[in-house]
Amino acid sequence: MASTGMRVGSGATDAPVGYAENNFLNHTKGFASWIWTLDHKRIGVMYMWSIILFFFAGGLFATMLRTELWTPKDDIVGPDLYNQLFTYHGAVMVFLVILPGIPAALANFVLPIMLGAKDVAFPKLNLASYWLFVVGALLALSSLVQGGLDTGWTFYTPYSTSTNTAVVPVVTAAFILGFANIFTGLNFIVTIHKLRPPGMGWFNMPLFLWGIYATGIIQVLATPVLGITLLLLIIERVFHVGIFDPALGGDPVLFQHFFWFYSHPAVYIMILPAMAVISEMVPTFSRKPIFGYRFIAYSSIAIALFGFLVWGHHMFVAGQSALMNMIMSALTYSVSIPSAVKVFNWLATMWKGSIQYRTPMIWVLGFIWIFAIGGLTGLFLGSLGTDVHLHETYFVVAHFHYTMMGSTFLAFFGGVFYWWPKMFGRMYDEKWGTIGALIVNIGFNATFIPQFIMGSHGSPRRYAHYLPEYQPFHQASTVGTYIMLVGFIICGWVLISSLYRGRKAPANPWGASTLEWQCTSPPPYNNFDEPPIVPEDEPYHYDHLEWDPELGGYIDKRREGSPAPGAAVEAAH
Amino acid sequence: MIGLGTIGANLGSLPLALLDTDTTGMMPTQASSFAHNIDSVFGFIWWLCWFFFVLIIGGMVYLGVRFKGKPGDPVEHSPHHNMMLELTWSGIPLLLVVMIFWFTYQDYIKLRNEPLNSYEIGVTAQKWSWSFQYPNGWISDQLHVPAGQPIRLVMTSTDVIHSLFVPNFRIKQDVIPGRYTKLWFEARWVEDYEEAKEFPSTQRHTLFCTEYCGTKHSDMLAGVFVHKDRAGFDSWLADVSDLGKLPPEKAGEILYNNRGCVQCHSIDGKAGTGPTFKGLWGHEAKLKDGGTVLVDENYVRESVLDPQAKIVEGFQPVMPTYQGRLKDAEIGYLIAYLKTLK
Repeated sequence: MASTGMRVGSGATDAPVGYAENNFLNHTKGFASWIWTLDHKRIGVMYMWSIILFFFAGGLFATMLRTELWTPKDDIVGPDLYNQLFTYHGAVMVFLVILPGIPAALANFVLPIMLGAKDVAFPKLNLASYWLFVVGALLALSSLVQGGLDTGWTFYTPYSTSTNTAVVPVVTAAFILGFANIFTGLNFIVTIHKLRPPGMGWFNMPLFLWGIYATGIIQVLATPVLGITLLLLIIERVFHVGIFDPALGGDPVLFQHFFWFYSHPAVYIMILPAMAVISEMVPTFSRKPIFGYRFIAYSSIAIALFGFLVWGHHMFVAGQSALMNMIMSALTYSVSIPSAVKVFNWLATMWKGSIQYRTPMIWVLGFIWIFAIGGLTGLFLGSLGTDVHLHETYFVVAHFHYTMMGSTFLAFFGGVFYWWPKMFGRMYDEKWGTIGALIVNIGFNATFIPQFIMGSHGSPRRYAHYLPEYQPFHQASTVGTYIMLVGFIICGWVLISSLYRGRKAPANPWGASTLEWQCTSPPPYNNFDEPPIVPEDEPYHYDHLEWDPELGGYIDKRREGSPAPGAAVEAAH
Repeated sequence: MIGLGTIGANLGSLPLALLDTDTTGMMPTQASSFAHNIDSVFGFIWWLCWFFFVLIIGGMVYLGVRFKGKPGDPVEHSPHHNMMLELTWSGIPLLLVVMIFWFTYQDYIKLRNEPLNSYEIGVTAQKWSWSFQYPNGWISDQLHVPAGQPIRLVMTSTDVIHSLFVPNFRIKQDVIPGRYTKLWFEARWVEDYEEAKEFPSTQRHTLFCTEYCGTKHSDMLAGVFVHKDRAGFDSWLADVSDLGKLPPEKAGEILYNNRGCVQCHSIDGKAGTGPTFKGLWGHEAKLKDGGTVLVDENYVRESVLDPQAKIVEGFQPVMPTYQGRLKDAEIGYLIAYLKTLK
């Protein structure tokens, strides 16, 4: 690219090349144009804002219950309300935030663009998924005024069949939310199969697509089991048909088998997309191809398949036979290997790279720290003898927060920071973005490391009152929660303020080589004004991308001589 | 690390023998015969985790500092695939987790195979109390066991799932309605551990409910009193279980404390999950359906055996039945006790 003149869009004087004044955000206007949109990008954006909203609701519940735990006795609420707080915290975070999180919000936005496609395979199904999500969420939250819910997010029978709180609305909501998940997963599987551009074989796909594909398999195969289980629970509660309640001749442990047959694979619905996001960001910010592409791709599929065979490790003390426990323990370890492989591959990618400390990379490094702890502490819980001691203690709470919240949600947030310039065409304040990410990470570790210690000391979870000896750990944990809250508020402010004050983003601010960075920021309604150049190899090669300090982004040398993305559109207006 | 080289020659106990105590500072007092087995596995995994954590985070920090770049740096063409390396870092973790599985498997078998000469105690869990029944029929709300004697707990629940957990023994087992689950352990007398004030020559350990069971889940605790020897335990049991020697209201007070009444019914006038017992006797109780009932012998008996029959206004129908769990004589003792609570 020769002159500065070419790099500045002709439409608006302050906009860099690659920024599109006319884009999917303002292609059509008005409320109705959003709620009835079939555009995957708008659906992704609506999902994202909904999820962030529910995240703050779930976070509010968490902050309240951590505040309640400041002393061993009742502080701000009594035990009944405390039980509802942890139930709503868990249910909101699992069903409304982490499960849909990365697939429904981020993948919805980028997956078709990564394929050079105009949309997902079934745009109407995609919109249906979003509205099922909204209906499910409203139904779940309506239970707050129907007497609340106090079963824990796991709905264990016979507690859930005998409590007089609003179980049926929430369970129905989870059933509906399951369909939202199935629709999303199905859509992505078909899209990846059918809409890859000419020249993009399976092993030329970005690893993000491998991760989302593996996630889709689990969503489609596992979620129906949850749906049926919840339906049985409703039938038992409403019609008193004995299925799980021993008073009616049912088997309460059967519910746990059904529930975890879904819910263990579901934790891979949470973590696989997170790993997929990290696998995009590590090579981009290391400026070199990802190490061991095929191992990472296969490990996603391996995790998806092994994930179906380990549900029994949630029930080591539920009266399963010793043989069943041993088989489940052995299989559990098999899942740890592909996860470990990914971590080593990410580190190897950094080797001899040119590591760029942009804000998303800070989230990546935080992720590796947190995922390492989350993964390694899983070894204690996969092991039979130690799990007997640690089961249902704060050790488990800390472990699954490290994997589900720390790894998945922080990867989601990292992904939001990564794709934000593409979504909204604005750069955020990277200094404050970095500070926010660091504070969230410090707060997170301060919250959950004390829980590992008090858990191994024997402090049970879901306790409104606790023994005084655990108080220092609880107080450290509560302080950590407040730090994390401050960090998230800074992050939210950084993002929101960028919409008003942020510099307009070029097409490719990070120098990433996947196709979504070849279209303008934000993308036009049709995703591409001109066909993207599909790599003939693995997607993570950076030779053709050149940093342009004036632009604040990278330019594609392969397009030398031809107009940069967006320029043609600008010229036309 | 912990003699990894010797594993091939002696696949089994050597690495664990080096860790036969809690080397991590993370675990509570070891008060059962197999606590140290669990702790040694815990210690093995613990140090393995530290090794990998330092490796991963050290590697990340090193790489992050060493290869810090700035925008515009030329792209490096270093290798991005190496089959041997990748097989190695898949294979070594695989080997290590197989080892962990093997160690823990051995301990788990010990944990599950109980000796033949166990002393059996029945456990009934209910919202939100425990009751422990000894072979002579005596029921208490605290668990008493002799040290050095294998104990078998045969457990069931009358309502929802509970779980019995004694951290100092490293034991936990869900207690499930409609079936019996079993657990065994052998308590140890711990040197340098405080003796319990409640009973002479005993040490107290805490027993938690660890399966969420509702309002007072976090108050569903009990003490485990380990008697120094079998003789002390036997004489304690003989002494407490002889209710007949006591005046009926005194016996009723013991039953009130032992059999779960105290969890929900106060004697100081404060309403708990259920109505207070203070001033209950002889007064006219207002019922949920609008009627009233005189608190007399028949009403108390009905409320104990069929608690849902009459619900007092302002309370939930949550009390479990005591049908088959309190004998007629015992209900009589409770009635005698109620009469004293003016």
